[in-house]
Amino acid sequence: MTALVELMDYDEVIEKYDPVLGLEVHVELHTNTKMFCGCANAFGGEPNTNTCPTCLGLPGSLPVVNGKAVESAIRIGLALNCEIAEWCRFARKNYFYPDMPKNFQTSQYDEPIAFNGWLDVTLDDGEVIRVEIERAHMEEDTGKSLHVGGATGRIHGAEHSLLDYNRAGVPLIEIVTKMIPGTKERAPEVARAYVTALRDLLKALDVSDVRMDQGSLRCDANVSLSPKTTGALGTRTETKNVNSLRSVERAVRFEMTRQAAVLSSGGEVTQETRHFDESSGSTSPGRKKETAEDYRYFPEPDLVPIAPSREWVEELRGTLPELPWERRARIKEEWKLTDEVLRDLVNAGALDLIIATVEAGAKPDEARPWWVSYLAQQANSRGVELSDLPITPAQVARVIELVNTGALTNKLAREAVNGVLEGEGSPDEVVEKRGLKVVSDDSALEKAVDEALAAQPDVAQKIRDGKVQAAGAIVGAVMKATRGQADAARVREIVLARCS
Amino acid sequence: MTNDLVHATAAELAAKIHSGEVSSVEVTQAHLDRIAETDGKVHAFLHVDTEGALAQARRVDEDVKAGKAVSPLAGVPLALKDVMTTEGVPTTVGSKILEGWLPPYDATVTRKLKEAGVVILGKTNMDEFAMGSSTENSAYGPTHNPWDLDRIPGGSGGGSSAALAALQAPLAIGTDTGGSIRQPGAVTGTVGVKPTYGGVSRYGLVAFSSSLDQAGPCARTVLDAALLHEVIAGYDEMDSTSINAPVPPVVAAAREGLSGDLSGLRIGVVTQFSGEGYQQGVLRSFEAAVSQLKELGAEIADVSCPSFDHALPAYYLIAPSECSSNLARFDAMRYGLRVGDDGTRSTEEVMSLTREAGFGPEVKRRIMIGTYALSSGYYDAYYGSAQKVRTLITQDFAKAFEKFDVLISPTTPTTAFKIGERADDPMAMYKADLCTIPANLAGTPAMSVPSGLSDEDGLPVGLQIMAPALQDHRMYRVAAAYEAARGAFGGPSL
Repeated sequence: MTALVELMDYDEVIEKYDPVLGLEVHVELHTNTKMFCGCANAFGGEPNTNTCPTCLGLPGSLPVVNGKAVESAIRIGLALNCEIAEWCRFARKNYFYPDMPKNFQTSQYDEPIAFNGWLDVTLDDGEVIRVEIERAHMEEDTGKSLHVGGATGRIHGAEHSLLDYNRAGVPLIEIVTKMIPGTKERAPEVARAYVTALRDLLKALDVSDVRMDQGSLRCDANVSLSPKTTGALGTRTETKNVNSLRSVERAVRFEMTRQAAVLSSGGEVTQETRHFDESSGSTSPGRKKETAEDYRYFPEPDLVPIAPSREWVEELRGTLPELPWERRARIKEEWKLTDEVLRDLVNAGALDLIIATVEAGAKPDEARPWWVSYLAQQANSRGVELSDLPITPAQVARVIELVNTGALTNKLAREAVNGVLEGEGSPDEVVEKRGLKVVSDDSALEKAVDEALAAQPDVAQKIRDGKVQAAGAIVGAVMKATRGQADAARVREIVLARCS
Repeated sequence: MTNDLVHATAAELAAKIHSGEVSSVEVTQAHLDRIAETDGKVHAFLHVDTEGALAQARRVDEDVKAGKAVSPLAGVPLALKDVMTTEGVPTTVGSKILEGWLPPYDATVTRKLKEAGVVILGKTNMDEFAMGSSTENSAYGPTHNPWDLDRIPGGSGGGSSAALAALQAPLAIGTDTGGSIRQPGAVTGTVGVKPTYGGVSRYGLVAFSSSLDQAGPCARTVLDAALLHEVIAGYDEMDSTSINAPVPPVVAAAREGLSGDLSGLRIGVVTQFSGEGYQQGVLRSFEAAVSQLKELGAEIADVSCPSFDHALPAYYLIAPSECSSNLARFDAMRYGLRVGDDGTRSTEEVMSLTREAGFGPEVKRRIMIGTYALSSGYYDAYYGSAQKVRTLITQDFAKAFEKFDVLISPTTPTTAFKIGERADDPMAMYKADLCTIPANLAGTPAMSVPSGLSDEDGLPVGLQIMAPALQDHRMYRVAAAYEAARGAFGGPSL
């Protein structure tokens, strides 16, 4: 299918060219209702059930702005250190596509609600890069097309298409960076780190589900190369369909090596939209357009301008939660973490989970090992993000509590966690169902100890002779016999008492 | 008996129905009979909803019989322009592209009419997507002017105005983007009102040009128009551009005007609307109206609004620009006509074939003009400049209203022209709206009230009255006073 593409060795790319990035991120807000109508804003659901005349664009229907969405847009703008427009409008972006009910998208053009901001992004080694934000504007999402019968899943070549308008009119915020130059060999990493930082910020603001796999956070990566010899800006491509943080990094890297190969062989980079393919890690051109796209933007006459009062903006500034970087600084101080440890926790996606576990009652030193070792292994073997494991910080905190009260041993605690991960219910339910209680009934333990002593008379004699360390063998046997459910310390006491 | 009922005004019919003297079913049936008898010649209706109308009439009759309070126009029949959505009742907007579409929802105007007990007889003919001044652009054939069946009834709302003149309904709803209520009113000898922009909800009004479209009442008397105005007007949370303010007291103003006293009222005559291109009979009818208004006590003087000269070209950039975007949704994907979907063609080809077959030539012309005017590189020169003209026109109105309570002019430069006469000359057609367009661009209210018949051709002439935004009641007062002074001027014979 895909034609073979020449790629340049990455080190050689960096020797010859300076990459310039530009990132456009679309965020679906998780408001209760859609951007311009009262339909439920819900992911999934039977196709075409969350629709009405307005989001279906029926003749005669009109939009009404969702105030909550405007509020979210302003909060995002403030968190990104943007200026908030004193007066702005919606505009129509005109183009034909079957999943766009009106054949224009109600968006914002030259009057965005937020502009001129920045976001500080921490790279893997702790270096901080400031990414300038051009603008954040409000718009509506399109419906979804399912193209059936074609080889590529795209409209071209499909036998027929199915349309679902449940997503049509879902509120979107598009956040656009200014050009990001000077990142050199770290361009792919910067791209990923920026999207990660933005995702964490949006999560903290509680404005979106920020699920890249479900499309509630979508990234388009603009990449161009500037030859070191001339320093002239290169032609950029825009890569869409980048659905994970890792893909952001891969897509940028691929485009750099592809464009460099084109340029070094004397070719020209075509300004175009490209699609990222997850499985091959490569990009391929979108359908060629015969004419330049002209969206014929003009102010949306069906909506009145939005003029957020300064009082309201300040009020919203007051509602901003502790932002991720503020939180990290505080935690580092409170838990007395080194830069390295903090960075590892952040990179592993564990910090917020540990904080939440601590907020649910655990101590930081108790919560950390669970998330960075046992649960990290589980996430790794399942191939999911740590935060996507089906266990909540509160449940982890409960397991820790059960260990602290002596109800579970560390080994039983891991079994309880396994049960939760298997979907067997809460930690208490798993303990109940799997019968994971520590055996604390002395008579049962005494019986088990007696049996073990009888089975190993020579060991028993050694203990009686004062070789206390030999008790370990008996304790081990008892633990084995009780399938780990006994309190080893108590078993040891009983063994020593029996042999004295 | 039947004859009397169709000659009666809405106010008279309401009084008779509410007192039990006559039933709404009888009144409705009389009008349905009149439609059956005359619409073969007039073609005012695209769809007559006999069952729906009689069912609504029966409900009102039951309420009256039960002694329940009913709203002022309950039981009175009305003709609804086919641009308003009606749940489960065809809504074509005069276009083939929406043939067979049954809207799943009522426009706010439709809902308000139903809630007020008004009986909707059916949907009236119109220029396709309200683009035109003669109703000749309807995909379903032209409507004929009841005064002379060879002539146009105005447009785009020619079906509504013809239905009134033909006594098929005492009330009608129109929409006015550049004169589509007032110009048909003028050429059929009926009253047509374009309220302040935002005064009546646009929800469910199939858009032509969103920033200009405004629904309004049509009737044979000023008081009837006022009664209907109060039924359909008011803030609607479904329309962001609707005005959250009390409805102007238009009924009280119309009743006050009937006293015939306009002492101290300052009326400005817009000097831009006379001279070349204006029919002598129209100008003489206008002069007579000015004299009568003076006799009623009004102080009248000329006022110049120079930017009005640029209104027509500005309008023909703004309206097509908005329409090119509004009409993009008619793409065969979700409703209405679909052409060429035989399994071999691409989506774009089906869209293209459907739009080719479904839109008429005038609609295509305006989509092309608007697409061009909004294109990058041309936007500032066309759409941008037109918006500046719009601001100037608004300023001219504001200046004029500092000195005058209302402004007047002929509604349209000529009486009804012959069907086919201007069909091949868009510019001549567009000039029919020369006097009406400024009020649309400024968003201010304006109405047309008959000023009798032209002495040259015996056809109706309209007097346009314009007021400042939200002062709709001022023009009702003037119109009602003038109407009483003018007296009857006869009617068409069908």
